[in-house]
Amino acid sequence: MVTAVSKDRIELTDKQKKARRNRSVALGLALTAFVVVVYIVTIVKMGPNVFNRPL
Amino acid sequence: MSLVEKQSFDDVAFRVSEAHAGDYIALLKPRVMSLVVFTAFVGLVTAQAQINPFIACFAIIAIAVGAGASGALNMWYDADIDAIMSRTHKRPVPSGRVLPGEALVFGLVLSGFSVLALGLIANWLAAGLLAFTIFFYAVIYTMWLKRWTPQNIVIGGAAGAFPPMVGWAAATGDISLYSVLQFMIIFLWTPPHFWALALFRSGDYERAGIPMMPNVAGEASTKRQIFAYAVLVAITGVLPTVAGYAGYAYGILATALGAGFVWYSWKVLLMPESDRGMKPAKALFGYSLLYLFAIFTALLADSILADFGVAW
Repeated sequence: MVTAVSKDRIELTDKQKKARRNRSVALGLALTAFVVVVYIVTIVKMGPNVFNRPL
Repeated sequence: MSLVEKQSFDDVAFRVSEAHAGDYIALLKPRVMSLVVFTAFVGLVTAQAQINPFIACFAIIAIAVGAGASGALNMWYDADIDAIMSRTHKRPVPSGRVLPGEALVFGLVLSGFSVLALGLIANWLAAGLLAFTIFFYAVIYTMWLKRWTPQNIVIGGAAGAFPPMVGWAAATGDISLYSVLQFMIIFLWTPPHFWALALFRSGDYERAGIPMMPNVAGEASTKRQIFAYAVLVAITGVLPTVAGYAGYAYGILATALGAGFVWYSWKVLLMPESDRGMKPAKALFGYSLLYLFAIFTALLADSILADFGVAW
């Protein structure tokens, strides 16, 4: 539900803002975890070969 | 003036989500996920392959996310019947906290990510098995079998039985008889587990129009089938020792646990139709959870002890 509609935009309620912030923090943490996983897997799988590439 | 402006802002299309992260975690069915994580972990460890601990850990996480994704797809599709059943009406979609479309996208995105991640982290056989598991649970079970046949959870049980095979495949890149035995234990365990629940929740399932065995074949037939499957589970539980994969200590424990399963099922078989409290069915449901946890813990312990050269 949307509480107030101003001329050209929707005003979120405090509850909606709080929920959005909660989701944003969780999404940020999930993405950070994913990046860390990709980094560690790359290092584990490739080891020193990470640097062994044609320049 | 466009037609859009005439629409109410209370329409679903204009609803602003009030869902918290916890609601999305609930979509992943954390309790089912914990069982998936545990059995996949046992499959991975019992494979006794040389695998980097990070790779093993991330592979298990990918399997868990894949299982969770299939749970989200299940909750998206089943929102109509979840709303009717007392056990499920508070789930995020039927309660309105998460919109069906959001649950669908969440499930699809996580399915794709988990399969790709497992393929890149471990190998593509494991990723393929995980993709098949998600497909089997979301499409074969949820969309087709569940509302169509009382054999729904017999066949659909395969989806819950795959995780140890996926874990094994993640570690070794292949499928072995031992991983198939682990699959069979969960596969045969599923019908008595869910039919025990269906006996004391039959009203719920009937209201939702789900053809569970007690509603279709009757309680007497369900009790006989529960007993038959309990015997099969008890026998299959011992097979890892018979086939030489696990030690005698495991075999003795599995025999005792299997005997317990048969005994609880026997109590259900003797339960009179007039007994609406259904304590034996509730006891079997509780014991079945304990059985699966104990049998896989025993397989895990057997494998770890074998690693240390202790083979009983």
